[in-house]
Amino acid sequence: MKFKNKAGIYALIAFVLAACTGNKSTETTSVGSADIIKIGEVGSMTGSEATFGSSTHNGIALAVDQINAAGGINGKKIQLITMDDQGKPEEASTAVTKLVTQDKVVAILGEVSSSRSMAMAPVSQQYKVPMISPSSTNPRVTEMGDYIFRVCFIDPFQGTVMARFALETLKVKSVAVLRDVKNDYSVGLADFFTKTFTAGGGKIVIDQSYSAGDIDFKSQLTSIKGKNPEAIFVPGYYTDVGLIARQAKELKIPVPLLGGDGWDSPKLYEIGGESINGSYFSNHYSAEDTSPMIQDFIAKYKAKYKEVPDGLAAMGYDAMKVLENAMKTAKSFDGKDLRDAIAATKNYQAVTGTITLDEKRNPKKAAVVLKVDGTNFKYSATIQP
Amino acid sequence: MLEFIQHIINGLSTGSIYALIALGYTMVFGVLQLINFAHSDVFMLGAFISFYFSTYFRLASHPSAFALVAALLSAMVGCAAIGYIIERFAYRPLRGAPRINLLITAIGVSLFLEYSGQQVFGSSPQFYPQIFKPEINLGVGSLSINPLQVVVLSISIVLMLILQFVIFKTRVGRAMRAVSFNHDLASLMGIPTNKIISLTFMLGSALAGAAGVLVGLVYPKIDPLMGVVLGLKCFVSAVLGGIGSILGAVVGSITLGISEEFLVGYGNPSYRDALAFGILIVILLFKPSGLFGENRIEKV
Repeated sequence: MKFKNKAGIYALIAFVLAACTGNKSTETTSVGSADIIKIGEVGSMTGSEATFGSSTHNGIALAVDQINAAGGINGKKIQLITMDDQGKPEEASTAVTKLVTQDKVVAILGEVSSSRSMAMAPVSQQYKVPMISPSSTNPRVTEMGDYIFRVCFIDPFQGTVMARFALETLKVKSVAVLRDVKNDYSVGLADFFTKTFTAGGGKIVIDQSYSAGDIDFKSQLTSIKGKNPEAIFVPGYYTDVGLIARQAKELKIPVPLLGGDGWDSPKLYEIGGESINGSYFSNHYSAEDTSPMIQDFIAKYKAKYKEVPDGLAAMGYDAMKVLENAMKTAKSFDGKDLRDAIAATKNYQAVTGTITLDEKRNPKKAAVVLKVDGTNFKYSATIQP
Repeated sequence: MLEFIQHIINGLSTGSIYALIALGYTMVFGVLQLINFAHSDVFMLGAFISFYFSTYFRLASHPSAFALVAALLSAMVGCAAIGYIIERFAYRPLRGAPRINLLITAIGVSLFLEYSGQQVFGSSPQFYPQIFKPEINLGVGSLSINPLQVVVLSISIVLMLILQFVIFKTRVGRAMRAVSFNHDLASLMGIPTNKIISLTFMLGSALAGAAGVLVGLVYPKIDPLMGVVLGLKCFVSAVLGGIGSILGAVVGSITLGISEEFLVGYGNPSYRDALAFGILIVILLFKPSGLFGENRIEKV
């Protein structure tokens, strides 16, 4: 018995040593083999926003496949290293540290959620590795450092989109707000919506809040119902929004819900059921857009994954394409050179619009408003910045 | 006024869900003086067992009361078995050990279930199939009453009555009370204490399983960490009502449900979760035995 134990310990030591040397050797080979470019991706592959991570990953992987099939970047193939943060900000920042220090990636793609992007940004900035967020819309994300970029519009604009849509298209004057106080994205979007909506002559009749992960929203909804709003603005993520829609229906609140790109998931209808039908949300692109570039992207995505890409998949694809474009022109793949090349992105034709990064590293793009109709999201309007 | 009544109705319905879980806490505590922190995770397992059961037998395609009963049975039997296993392998080996060891083990079991749940079921929320859709409209005017929640409330009351009967009117119940009063003395009187304790765990876990099904039906989003916050609140409800007291668990839960509802409806929703723990502190300071608890004199 004793001997066995000792043998076990020796085996363990041998294994650890082997693992260490193994690690070192892969590093030297990766430095030696100059024909691979490593790019890190951080996303919520599991957790309550799992479809955010998986859709974005599908979009990025499709772009990587296409780039590699076309011969890579200056003859070098791209290797994508994906880390799951389970939807937790602390895991997201650990993942960046690991990607930068152990895997030696040249750039980071991620995250969808603004809270998690803000946890990752300081690490990326510290190691001077450029980071491109596909779809974090909170303005503070890129303010965290000059190595942090994004390819989506920002919330001051997204809030305006929904406010203008409510005022001009739906012609409603009184709206209730129900925001997720634990979520930077939701709080920011609610603030910007309120600002534009009241400036445009509308009235916020009540401003209620919940915390992500709550399952009962009836108390908030009952108070909202008492104020008789004509619509409810719920800038949360799809799992919570689905339950909110269900309970609003149960309380016989007949008005539509309005929201942002956090609704964009096939799971929205699964959880919300029929109660979510007839609600509107702003998004990055519409799959019904007939422009050849979008239809070509949709066709290729469908061929690979057998489903229609959602907005986040398109954003993931665009983030990778913007990075590719910058890599082609960059002097080297060192942090600073690559950063300068990304910052110089101008009039780049992407699936979700033309991308020109301004001095704050944000693009200016149009947004679309979609109407929920079962698992389909019907195109409703385009709002220009 | 209507809004006020609606708030009361909502509070009653959340309270009745708290009650189902709080009953299990209180029962195990009554017999073993152990706060079984794994209880809320057994509740989560109940939701998942019935989720897989309903999906496998496609119960959602024919929603009926029968489907509900079948799902309830699957969860209750599954959870009773899990409760037995937990008691047999985690708590029984520590029977003679100080109470703090048991408490730490309970936290360990709870974490084990939460994280293996994430491994096995995945950490993404699942949509719970709608296996029971009562179509009756119970609302009056613009008031809305979800028939499901009436079902939940009646099930908690019925279970409470059954428990009260089992504990105070049957031989097994008498044995449970004896074990609760004095473990060693009870075993000297020929009571099979291990069996009685196992049985208590199985009963408590079956209740948690039933709660899992009902929560899944009312809030159709289940994930492996669904028991964490809910479990803590139900624990607070049990303490509020007087831990160890069956009636106390139900009254405490409904009190907490309604207070939360008013806080969110008329006050600041951000303090919703803080309220439960605020109540816990106040109770522990001023009336540690809770509303219906008896003052036990601790023997040194």
